[in-house]
Amino acid sequence: MDIKKTPKKLNVKEKYRLMTRDLAWEPSYRDEKEIYPYVDYEGIKVHDWSKWEDPFRLTMDAYWKYQAEKERKYYAIIDAHAQNNGHLNVTDARYLTAIKLFLQSISPAEYASHRGFARVGREFAGVGPQVACQMQSIDEIRHAQTQVHAMSNYNKFYNGFKDFANQRDRIWYTSVARSFFDDAMSAGPFEFLIAIGFSFEYVLTNLLFVPFMSGAAYNGDMATCTFGFSAQSDEARHMTLGLECIKFMLEQDPDNIPIVQKWIDKWFWRGCRLLTLVAAMMDYMLPKRVMSWREAWNIYGVENGNALFRDLARYGIKPPMHWDDVEKSIDHTSHQIMLGLYQWKFGTAFHSWTPTASDIEWLKEKYPTTFEKYYLPRWEYAIAQKENGGEYNNFGLPKLCQTCQLPCLFTEPDDPTQLAHRETEYEGEKYHFCSDGCQHVFEQEPEKYVQAWLPMPSLMQEPLKGDLAAWMEWASLEPTASGEYANSEDKANFEKWRKQVSTD
Amino acid sequence: MSKVFIILQANEETRSIVEAIEQDNPDAEVVHEPAMVKVQAEGHLVVRRETIEEEIGREFDMQELNINLITLSGNVDEDEDALTLTWNS
Ligand SMILES: [Fe+2]
Ligand SMILES: [Fe+2]
Repeated sequence: MDIKKTPKKLNVKEKYRLMTRDLAWEPSYRDEKEIYPYVDYEGIKVHDWSKWEDPFRLTMDAYWKYQAEKERKYYAIIDAHAQNNGHLNVTDARYLTAIKLFLQSISPAEYASHRGFARVGREFAGVGPQVACQMQSIDEIRHAQTQVHAMSNYNKFYNGFKDFANQRDRIWYTSVARSFFDDAMSAGPFEFLIAIGFSFEYVLTNLLFVPFMSGAAYNGDMATCTFGFSAQSDEARHMTLGLECIKFMLEQDPDNIPIVQKWIDKWFWRGCRLLTLVAAMMDYMLPKRVMSWREAWNIYGVENGNALFRDLARYGIKPPMHWDDVEKSIDHTSHQIMLGLYQWKFGTAFHSWTPTASDIEWLKEKYPTTFEKYYLPRWEYAIAQKENGGEYNNFGLPKLCQTCQLPCLFTEPDDPTQLAHRETEYEGEKYHFCSDGCQHVFEQEPEKYVQAWLPMPSLMQEPLKGDLAAWMEWASLEPTASGEYANSEDKANFEKWRKQVSTD
Repeated sequence: MSKVFIILQANEETRSIVEAIEQDNPDAEVVHEPAMVKVQAEGHLVVRRETIEEEIGREFDMQELNINLITLSGNVDEDEDALTLTWNS
């Protein structure tokens, strides 16, 4: 007699095939072109969409199960953080500057990423990328929401958190992240995936999340550390999607190679410019530092980036065009950005400060060839002004780069005493750039970048016409959230509350 | 040769996972950083389900790695028995 064996559990490959591939169907009464109108116009040729496979082979059922587990772990810690005055466990309230900057520029970027992946998940003609992009889209909205949730605990006690959603669109330094994501979202679906999935997620996200979250843990901020790691746990999948997508494009047709190379050149540069803000955060804003920007770059930029581009060399892909300029800038950018943020601190929705004696020692040690020579004298000038009862502010408005939207405050790659400045004339108008990299990006697609919204020119236009006070109100730049840390309400409150807790 | 790596959150569960990875990759290097642990190796790294199950003392689904995974580097291939990371150069 035949004894029926219990059916064997499906192996992962079969399950992936059944629950992903087999969800697709051949259209019968509409043609493919009508259904997927955007897959052709960028020039990327795809012959066989089924060649795209998620190496994790994650199916929707497993996805929900593990994401739910991540959420449970996350909310257990968030609740404990709120119940136990977790905000008073951070090293000191200077640390809040780092997470304000994060909430104002990165969390809205998560939301933008969610929208972008929802869109390209619809636009791609293969079910493999459709499912992977849908998962990523849901991941990204989870990131935005958990971050806002974690920070809402800080918003109860400190200034500068409350209007992040509007500020994302209105402040000068947040427009850096905004323009990066707007640029990607207004590109075609393949470029979007190279921009966010490959350049940002694969090449650069480690530089943002890993040291930042480790830094949060090290500075006693369990809430941020937890949302960071919770978000980052999706990142391995995102990075893998980014790498798979680029290999897929390169393997589908040799004509795709030069197009992909152009996008790598562009998005690597744009990503590195965006990360200069992270550099400042790592070197200046964490009261207890995990590693310097230079050290993080060596590990996650140079070592990992080289490994990646050696691997991609078999397709004829070269390292990004402006790699050398980035490498030359690494020992300079964090200092240049932080001096910029400090001198325009009346216009930031976070506090800044001059480095303390121990900060200065650390910076000297981590940047032996640049800090003492080029940047310490400028900090000493600012410190001396404070000691004489003054304050170092620059009430002039920065000239913004038309591409990355950062102030033109960087120096020439080979001469750190010379400010870099590039100019291009297009249809009778002059446009300014912080670097060769940004000028190059503009010149590839001037008709796109002339439309960029820049905060400084808009201040000079109707209806504000240069009224700085009105602009600050519009951008929710309240005096309590800006300026020198030493004089801030945040500092006074933090110290008062911490004392109460420790003497109870 | 390029380095591949996997970074996990540092917690009770991953302690066993990291021990399993060390057993299966004798040349791998383990680096501890605040709240996280990094395992790296030249060119190739394998994470095996059976070894993890032995260390952790229960059944383990490779996709559970997702929960504690922070980041990785290298080309990924995963099935029910193992996760491998490789650089081709
Ligand atoms: Fe994200
Ligand atoms: Fe720029």
